[in-house]
Amino acid sequence: MDILESLMLGFSVALTPFTLMLAIVGCFLGTIIGALPGLGPSNGVAILIPITFSMGLDATSALVLMTAVYYGAMYGGRISSILLNIPGDEPALMTTLDGYPMAKNGRAGDALVLSGVASFVGAFLATVGLIFLAPMLARVAYQFGPAEYFALYLLAFCTLGGMSSNNQAKSALAACIGLGIAMVGVDNSSGMPRFTGGSLHLMDGIDFLVAIVGLFAIAEVFFFIESHGKASSIGVKIEKVMIPWKDIWHTKWTMLRCSLVGFIAGVLPGAGASLGSFLAYMSEKSIAGEEGKFGTGVPKGVAAPEAGNNAAAGGALVPMLTLGVPGSGTTAVLLALLMTLNITPGPTLFSERPEVVWGLIASLLIANVVLLLMNVPMVKIFVRILQVPPWVLLPGVTMISFVGIYSLSGSYFDLLLMIGFGVLGYVLRKLDIPTVPVILGILLGGHMEDALRRAMVIADGDFMYLFNSPISIGLWIAAVVGFIAPMFLRGVLKKPQRITD
Amino acid sequence: MKAPMLKKIAAGVVLSVSMVGSSFAAECIAPANPGGGWDFTCRTIGKIMYDIKAVDKPIQVSNMAGAGGGLAYNHVVAERGDDADVIIAASSATATRLAQNAYAGMTADQVRFVGAIGADPGVIVVAKDSIYKNLGELMGAIKANPKSVTFAGGSAVGGFDHLKPLMLLQRTGYTDIKNIKYIALDGGADAITQTVGGFTQAMTGDMSEIVGFLKAGEIRALAVLTEERIPGFEDIPTAKEQGYDVVAVNWRGMYIPKDVSDDTFNMWADRLQKVADSKEWKEAMVANGLAPFTKVGADFQGYVDQVVGEVRELSKSLGVIQ
Repeated sequence: MDILESLMLGFSVALTPFTLMLAIVGCFLGTIIGALPGLGPSNGVAILIPITFSMGLDATSALVLMTAVYYGAMYGGRISSILLNIPGDEPALMTTLDGYPMAKNGRAGDALVLSGVASFVGAFLATVGLIFLAPMLARVAYQFGPAEYFALYLLAFCTLGGMSSNNQAKSALAACIGLGIAMVGVDNSSGMPRFTGGSLHLMDGIDFLVAIVGLFAIAEVFFFIESHGKASSIGVKIEKVMIPWKDIWHTKWTMLRCSLVGFIAGVLPGAGASLGSFLAYMSEKSIAGEEGKFGTGVPKGVAAPEAGNNAAAGGALVPMLTLGVPGSGTTAVLLALLMTLNITPGPTLFSERPEVVWGLIASLLIANVVLLLMNVPMVKIFVRILQVPPWVLLPGVTMISFVGIYSLSGSYFDLLLMIGFGVLGYVLRKLDIPTVPVILGILLGGHMEDALRRAMVIADGDFMYLFNSPISIGLWIAAVVGFIAPMFLRGVLKKPQRITD
Repeated sequence: MKAPMLKKIAAGVVLSVSMVGSSFAAECIAPANPGGGWDFTCRTIGKIMYDIKAVDKPIQVSNMAGAGGGLAYNHVVAERGDDADVIIAASSATATRLAQNAYAGMTADQVRFVGAIGADPGVIVVAKDSIYKNLGELMGAIKANPKSVTFAGGSAVGGFDHLKPLMLLQRTGYTDIKNIKYIALDGGADAITQTVGGFTQAMTGDMSEIVGFLKAGEIRALAVLTEERIPGFEDIPTAKEQGYDVVAVNWRGMYIPKDVSDDTFNMWADRLQKVADSKEWKEAMVANGLAPFTKVGADFQGYVDQVVGEVRELSKSLGVIQ
């Protein structure tokens, strides 16, 4: 009853024609930002913040606009993953694994609609979770110290082996390359720069957007040049866009499970959307087993990461609002926005500024519905992009990526770095080494190292500290099982050969 | 077909370049992404300067993130050395990084620090059920057994949050500061979460970071590192009155390029003073948890030099720099 009343208050704030318009504009902008490689949700929101200042928006309107952009970007990221095999942002990385093969099989429209619905389910459930569980879930963050976070990341790395290649060693090698790249920059635990070669540009480490665009988009361009434009993997068959009711129905449990996994990953401040979609995909893959044919373009493989990353996006708002601790890169930017609007998120926010919190929650619900409605008809527009010949599309996307990256740092250095990653991506693909684990290594490696180093400082180097709580022991067991089980099962179940592009 | 298209593009480029060139309004560089502290400094001070007519054109804010402010510093030193129309947001972090040589060898005397007009006071807090009731007890426990307490903070090792407890300990005559355990988290709120969760024993940070948790009763503030108690938080004792003479605040200010004339330096100092005196700035300070801290002109340059010196000494004994 209390919640209903609060929600009514929220809708009364959020349902004015002006804020509704802001929500629609935000959703549209967000979808585009998400879909463009080189502009991730956090950067998109960061770039748009000054606009809210210059428009003179009040706190609620600014929040509505920005959260609509946020959710929009989470939806949009999947589009280039599915159509171009280039993740639009880092949480959409996992969607390339099945989304792109599905599009190649001539089901681009189905993949887009299905992933749109999965996004909706994930985001909707996460928002509901936020409404009912936020104050309670805030306490969960207090249970996670450095040892627990380390075990969580370890779990992610342990399941990584059998991900995107038949050859576990190659996956592991790719992950190690990513881990190595994650080491570049100022080391948080000693304050010393590592592997920067004295360059100021490398002090902050390497932005994963630079790595994503380089490894995926630029490498694709190199392949395109090599084959004189004949053998590009871009350019999938177009069919009529229908709503794949059957697939949606078949993936209902996948969506629900992945929403839960993603939401939990989002709630933990040290985890975030990328880990959410990764764990969601990997858990569905292991549930489906070898018959699931994950990686070949199955509907479940498309629905899982999208439900996971959108649920994580909602979950990440829990620690941001209740503790002021951002659960992901984008919520960190949203947090900064709140601060500049003179709202200090924290334990007292729900009681002190209910109109802001519930206005935000109501606008999330609105944005989510708007996005679903917008995305299904818009699928036709996006699919049409594929009719653009690759020799126009590919350089176009690359150019936009360059502009996007340059607009963030204003330095040519990142552009050179991006080309370097392009070369790396080309070489890796020639050697049939998957590139997805490289990105995951960069994304998760830095966090994992930080957690371990913190734990070691606290415990004075006593490794037993890592097994100090029931939560960490549970995660260790899961990690060990996840790492060893596939080794024994491999003999029993023969993997089907992965279709190669 | 092709030629007119090229012409149009060329026209567009020329137009946009000339538009950039024709704006002679002053520029404020925030050396970070939108939304952070430096961005706030630029936008708020810039807006107030225009609102109170200290400048006759709105100040244009540009963000130049990278290397913890190092990229912007390098840009100003190398390319804008005599530009009278640029100001750059700075804070204690700028001085700390300069002292620790974190800007690739650039030094504090390569720009002119023109003034600070507000500061976020440093604080030391513990969880509400902590056994440490005051600063003396915490410091005593550390001196008795340095390994019994881990501090959590939002800045990297050797950063300003890390240095605060070290300064306090130095005042007690404790010199083995390398033994003090500190973990760097991704922000003040994260550091509080770890402290409330019992993973670390104390948190070192800024006033603005702890307000929400303080109101919710999750934490106890042992000391605020200012000269006087903070208005609105009169029940938090200063470190000074507990016998630890440390003042550590995260000031918000500006620097300008080195090779500008003294007139330009004084002009910017004067404009900052006007902002400091305005009621708009006073409101903005209250809303953002800043305490009054006005040091403008030559006075401020001297303060920055002194801070840089002290941080350098601390960092040397900490091993962050040689």
